[in-house]
Amino acid sequence: MKRHKDLLLHGNEACAMGALAAGMRLFAGYPITPSTEIAEFLSVELPKVGGTFIQMEDEISSMGAIIGASLAGVKSMTATSGPGFSLMQENLGFAAMAEIPCVLVNVMRGGPSTGMPTRPSQGDVMQSRWGTHGAHPIIVLSPQSVLECYTLTIHAFNLAEKYRSPVIMLMDGIVGHMWENVQLPEKIEVIDRPEPSVPPDWYNPYDNLPGGEIVPLVPFGEGYRYHVTGMVHDKSGYPTLIHEEVEQCLDKLIYKIKNNLHDIIRIEEYMLEDADICIVAHGSVARSAREAVNIARNEGLKVGLLRPITLWPFPRFHLENISKKVKLFVVPEMNYGQVYGEVLKSCPKRAVRVTRVDGELVTPAQIMEKIEGAAL
Amino acid sequence: MSRLAPGHRGCAGCCDAIAANFVLEAVGDDAIIVNPTGCLEVMTTPYPESAWEVPWIHSLFENTAPVASGIEAALRALGRKGDTKVIAMGGDGATVDIGILGISGTFERGDDITYVCIDNEAYMNTGVQRSGATPFNASTSTSPPGSQSFGNSRPKKNMPAIIAAHGSPYVATTSISYPKDMMRKVKKAVDIEGATYIHTHAPCATGWRFDTSKTIEIGKLAVETALWPLYEMEDGEITSVRKVKKPKPVEEYLKAQGRFKHLFTMEGGKEEISKIQDIANWNIEHYGLL
Repeated sequence: MKRHKDLLLHGNEACAMGALAAGMRLFAGYPITPSTEIAEFLSVELPKVGGTFIQMEDEISSMGAIIGASLAGVKSMTATSGPGFSLMQENLGFAAMAEIPCVLVNVMRGGPSTGMPTRPSQGDVMQSRWGTHGAHPIIVLSPQSVLECYTLTIHAFNLAEKYRSPVIMLMDGIVGHMWENVQLPEKIEVIDRPEPSVPPDWYNPYDNLPGGEIVPLVPFGEGYRYHVTGMVHDKSGYPTLIHEEVEQCLDKLIYKIKNNLHDIIRIEEYMLEDADICIVAHGSVARSAREAVNIARNEGLKVGLLRPITLWPFPRFHLENISKKVKLFVVPEMNYGQVYGEVLKSCPKRAVRVTRVDGELVTPAQIMEKIEGAAL
Repeated sequence: MSRLAPGHRGCAGCCDAIAANFVLEAVGDDAIIVNPTGCLEVMTTPYPESAWEVPWIHSLFENTAPVASGIEAALRALGRKGDTKVIAMGGDGATVDIGILGISGTFERGDDITYVCIDNEAYMNTGVQRSGATPFNASTSTSPPGSQSFGNSRPKKNMPAIIAAHGSPYVATTSISYPKDMMRKVKKAVDIEGATYIHTHAPCATGWRFDTSKTIEIGKLAVETALWPLYEMEDGEITSVRKVKKPKPVEEYLKAQGRFKHLFTMEGGKEEISKIQDIANWNIEHYGLL
């Protein structure tokens, strides 16, 4: 087999490269630690492939610009961190409501507010789900390695196009700034926006098609005139307050994700077959958790790992299945227990958390301490 | 006594420290400072110390002017306004880009504060990305020169004119290389009732790539080449201008800085320099600098 050249990359760079590989051709962003390298990299690389890099005046406009670009038919992305993510929330809700595909990268740093710009965190797990108001659909992915920053960014664009939804790459500061040797995959799957199957006069961008099929979003300027709004709308896109249409509009938003969990949710299991204890960890903390599993196994303890790669929708059914077999869940995270809460909801069994909010990574030793201290 | 205590973590030759020092020197002890994120905030307040000898609050980017407005309104409501000066002091990114919405509101309402923009022409705290105040053709980490461009492709946003258009009673440009002029204008700004504005040119050794001993020299060159005109505007009209008797060619300013180095090596660079000379020539005519 031909061996590919190893590349020494950091997570932010790999994310930007993944976006380019997925066909992203417009980036709009605003500098903020620890995500800035994504913008810097793309400011150099995008023009080379005929793409557009725009440095915006803030994060509100950054998110606005990628929505506009996507409506014009260009795959688009922005990248930010904590305070910037907060500023993007209103536009994020607009993209979800108007069903505009786009990718938002949030390289998490310590919060709240300005928090700890140069220290990593996983404090935005809940904000990525519920940061914008109202019941809205969202897909959130969490990479644990530099390679995954590349592959999951491609996946994020595919999901965005497939489900006409904003997708969030929820990286933490450690993954974003980590350097690793990687071999980029030779073949990747790229999903592009499908062509419409009907002429302009018949086109309803928000139609409820049988089987939950999603209407392709036709780029502005191709002769398909339609209405886009953040208001609750009917199938043509025009605002409505008719009860049935309101319900249909909101149901469709939720069910396009809910009915496709099998396709959207990705998890990784490690040594779970015979496990008594299941660690649930994502992002960089999953690396520590994997090491904790190895240490525990050496000590004869039956410990395994469930790693949600898709954080939202949360892999609830996987957890429920595992909970039939294991006696205890251990949930380490760099926050006060945001995923822990979801684990409790999924399986009201014994679960303990390992939290860390001081800007340092949860260590394998910390996780082991909890495991060894748990009387089974 | 300096009201910005020594021992802060500014780079050698830091323009922010010089600017803040002059502002505090001009205003005196009875000042409240609102300061958004940026080099000035980071370097003056390393845990557990503060270089500020006056009350100081670290705001966000978008809320600097609104927080200042709130402080001023509260002092008035409590009958404690007296002679206290409320001063918002932010960098160019915080001022001309992300913070402009809130600043516009403050100046539209005419709240009794002074806003000081310390303009070092890029986002220095996050690693020299371009801002709306980055000059034409300057190289930054997000406006790199190459086969597609000569650097930042747009001219500086004219923030003083935008503020003046709000009906501000007093708008002035200053430079940290002219301390007396700067302190006089700051004093005048805080003493005039209403929302007043000071835009200070502030050369950054790290971001502009020049020797740390040259901060003042570079600032002077900007004025002497007419790239940074010093003037005052009262109620929208220019009322005073600092004359530049024999303007130097812009090359003298450009060649002294790493961020313009490419203009002297790239093909077509000469033409680009002449475009920058055109900017200086426009300033000379528009502001009547001669």
